[in-house]
Amino acid sequence: MSRHRIVRTMDYNDEYDGYDDIYGHSVEDEHCISPTDAQQWLYDRARGQQSISAFISKNKDIQEEDADEEEDEDAAFEKARRDSESFQMPQLDEIEQAKLSSCVDEVRSVVGDAVSERRIVETSMKFDYDMQKILDEILNEETKKSAKPAVNRMKAPPAPVLPKTVSKTVATPPPKISLKEPRRGFEIPSPKVPSSPVVSGRNTPVDISGDDISRSSATLFKVSKEQAVRNARQLYEKERADQKSHIHMIVIGHVDAGKSTLMGHLLYDTGNVSQRVMHKHEQESKKLGKQSFMYAWVLDETGEERARGITMDVGQSRIETKTKIVTLLDAPGHKDFIPNMISGATQADVALLVVDATRGEFESGFELGGQTREHAILVRSLGVNQLGVVINKLDTVGWSQERFTEIVMKLKSFLKLAGFKDSDVSFTPCSGLTGENLTKKAQESALTSWYSGPHLLDVIENFKIPERAIDRPLRMSVSDIYKGTGSGFCISGRVETGVLCLNDKVLVGASREQAQVKSLTMNEFPQTCVFAGDQVSVTLPALDINNVTVGCIISDPQTPIPVTTRFQARIIVFNVKVPITMGFPVLLHHQSLIEPAVVCKLTASIHKSTGEVVKKKPRCLGNNSCALVELETSRPICIERYADFKELGRVMLRVAGVTIAAGMVTKIR
Amino acid sequence: MKLLGKYVDKGMQGNVTLMPEESEDMWHAYNLIAEGDSVRSTTIRKVQNETATGSSTSNRVRTTLTIAVESIDFDTQACVLRLKGRNIEENQYVKMGAYHTLDLELNRKFELRKPEWDTIALERIEMACDPTQSADVAAVVMQEGLAHVCLITASMTLVRSKIEVSIPRKRKGSVQQHEKGLAKFYEQVMQSILRHVNFDVVKCVLIASPGFVRDQFYDYMFQQAVKMDYKLLLDNKSKFMLVHASSGFKHSLKEVLQDPAVLAKMSDTKAAGEVKALEQFYMMLQCEPAKAFYGKKHVLQAAESQAIETLLISDNLFRCQDVALRKEYVNLVESVRDAGGEVKIFSSMHISGEQLAQLTGIAALLRFPMPELEDSDDDDDEDGAAGGADSDSD
Repeated sequence: MSRHRIVRTMDYNDEYDGYDDIYGHSVEDEHCISPTDAQQWLYDRARGQQSISAFISKNKDIQEEDADEEEDEDAAFEKARRDSESFQMPQLDEIEQAKLSSCVDEVRSVVGDAVSERRIVETSMKFDYDMQKILDEILNEETKKSAKPAVNRMKAPPAPVLPKTVSKTVATPPPKISLKEPRRGFEIPSPKVPSSPVVSGRNTPVDISGDDISRSSATLFKVSKEQAVRNARQLYEKERADQKSHIHMIVIGHVDAGKSTLMGHLLYDTGNVSQRVMHKHEQESKKLGKQSFMYAWVLDETGEERARGITMDVGQSRIETKTKIVTLLDAPGHKDFIPNMISGATQADVALLVVDATRGEFESGFELGGQTREHAILVRSLGVNQLGVVINKLDTVGWSQERFTEIVMKLKSFLKLAGFKDSDVSFTPCSGLTGENLTKKAQESALTSWYSGPHLLDVIENFKIPERAIDRPLRMSVSDIYKGTGSGFCISGRVETGVLCLNDKVLVGASREQAQVKSLTMNEFPQTCVFAGDQVSVTLPALDINNVTVGCIISDPQTPIPVTTRFQARIIVFNVKVPITMGFPVLLHHQSLIEPAVVCKLTASIHKSTGEVVKKKPRCLGNNSCALVELETSRPICIERYADFKELGRVMLRVAGVTIAAGMVTKIR
Repeated sequence: MKLLGKYVDKGMQGNVTLMPEESEDMWHAYNLIAEGDSVRSTTIRKVQNETATGSSTSNRVRTTLTIAVESIDFDTQACVLRLKGRNIEENQYVKMGAYHTLDLELNRKFELRKPEWDTIALERIEMACDPTQSADVAAVVMQEGLAHVCLITASMTLVRSKIEVSIPRKRKGSVQQHEKGLAKFYEQVMQSILRHVNFDVVKCVLIASPGFVRDQFYDYMFQQAVKMDYKLLLDNKSKFMLVHASSGFKHSLKEVLQDPAVLAKMSDTKAAGEVKALEQFYMMLQCEPAKAFYGKKHVLQAAESQAIETLLISDNLFRCQDVALRKEYVNLVESVRDAGGEVKIFSSMHISGEQLAQLTGIAALLRFPMPELEDSDDDDDEDGAAGGADSDSD
């Protein structure tokens, strides 16, 4: 039992060279020791630690009363473990040795890892390698041992699920009630446990096949009991009752409409940017001769963005209003950065459409090819219902009411076509640079003479909070991966549905790698629980950074997200230059994911309003048509049906920098 | 490719001796050789000798073998063609009927004998031997965090390397991570260009991206080149060209090849021509759907009434094993030509060819509208509907 041998990569044929020559066929012959078996035999520091830490974390919040019993068990567990690790095999001649090891393997396959090596070996030798007797002996012993905790468990009333944070307020429970999860070590030999990843040192859960499945519990992936039966709604009310509600707002519009300046000024006026920083921006922008960009620099931080004077990636910031915490997402307006804007918009609940009131500018942004149109259609197809329209730079036309109404009329008819309800759209005149009508009522006499509506902050205040799907299974979309302050790396993204708590187990991406949440932060503040709609950063240790990509989905192990390369979607085709045919290569946008895909089949074209099948297998799809198509991606992606998860069932198809279609996933294969 | 000898008799039977000179020629050979042909070439074979005492020695012998081809493998990355088959000409080392795998080598001639040479095959030889066709272009399509370094030759687009780096987004107060990630990404792309682009062959290097990524990268590359003294880059600075593309994915190469500036520089390469032809087809489908058809059934019907003006056909259709099927396609091509139509054979290794292959591999622009074709609804395969029904289970 040399602990310095690298068993994994060992060439067993070499090791056993000469072995076969002497004994012809040995017991071991056919199936020599496998790496997993070898692992059980060898002391592995990493493995040992892992099993301890797993054990500790699971029992973190056990009440004090359990301590002594706990210790007992602890000691027993420790002993068992030490037993297997430091146990020296008895000196035997080779035939005996072979018999013994095959015997131990057999026993292990029945009782699992629960029983220590030493016990098996000793029992085996006692009964002279008679499988039946050995098993009887070991199993009987185990049942006796587990009898005591089992009784305990039976006496306990169905344990109320208590969120961690409230455990202090609960009256001390009678000592017999054990809230903790029963330890696996005392369960009756359990082949049904598909070797818990934590114990086996392997991170990816294995698919178990054949009769294992019938015996295993309904879920493929083990989660802690707490995670399994959590009442999300209750937890939410406990955690968030006293807090302002969160809302995500994306700011969209044509390039140079003044989105960043407007947001920068808003942040400044609400006191989220210090005087000193603002002064710095003012000085620096003056130096470059771009003083009008001083507010935009609050959000455009990279050198490239400042030098070019445009936003390139979504900038994020927060403001607090009287009743809400608003996360501002400042989208880029430039045509080439629409992919960035889409990934921002998938996180948004509401949108603010900024249009430039300057003569000529509004028109160029609104005509075909301008981003005002495309952005508005995009956010609508991404599920944003409420839209605040900001008519910006109205000071350049002397606060003219005529111009305001002209733009409002044009936009109103367009937005109606795009699918926004009149009641969900508001129009606000303002100026991002001068700050007029931003956070205070309008002062300018030219404006006050005809406008008495709400100012921008009020408009934001008046947005309705959308319903959050808190009690659905967890889904979180990854929008960014970066090095955090501590160890490992952080994944930031938005929790689309469900709840995520500290120490929860999750599955990551299409590879369904398992990981445990080590820390949760929201706006730099550590959290114990986060809920649907939150923008969070998660630290997942022991995860390969190459397995996580922007756009992948983190899901609940109990109801994992479907992974597929081919799915059917119902799409609405926008204005396209060339028709969509079979084999049309497109870029698929799903949440933050951008993946090349091919339209591999046109199943049927559908009537836009009635949903009737107009033609089966059309040859091509032209402008403004509606159809069922099948899409195939080159790599497997995580996707949900629209009927199951609205948030994750929406896709966008883009070609050559133009959005050609938006769709909903109807079938996954 | 060099044509060293050609003997094709009236019955279109005969043999051709060719010498591949560059890796592209392997692709032509791949399209030329079909199962059932016989190929004669020099090769290395391991021969085992047994002495009278029973001990055996094995040594490698270079010998010339003729095999009847049974299977063909083409490695697109290394451009190696591997032919497996039985020996049909016995020599002192290799018995009749013994299996051998020929690796066609550059600058070694091989003789190809076909039971029947058709026009497509003969044309292919002509095309392969035309030296004016070769025009190599390297292209880098990139976006933040993703880049493809491709080599575009006359009949192939080869992705030499794909670089994927996850770049942290900009976030409040820490833009360093973003900029560091970006620099790392640019460095990788530059190294990949240095490694994969042979500046002796390549006429120009296209750098295509959305936004300002290409400018940033270009600046970064030459800053580094000066700093690290990369002579190779500095000497070839004039070969670099910045073009707009909408994304860093491979199929945005199509946009790159349509860019007028690129077209001017690349003159009339096959790749650009194919992109244009496919674009025309799509335009026609949009404007006059009754004059553009795809799918074998429709196109054959159109060919019957001699309506085809331009036929677009992917070369993977000619590589099929079924002799009868291949013949059908060859006949179609010939009939279109006889009727005065134009035939464009797309290389399935190009982006546009890939798309055409997905679009059933065959498409046609017609001289006159044939709306009756559209109405003849094809109700053949229902596999999709059947497959859809059982996929509901999960």
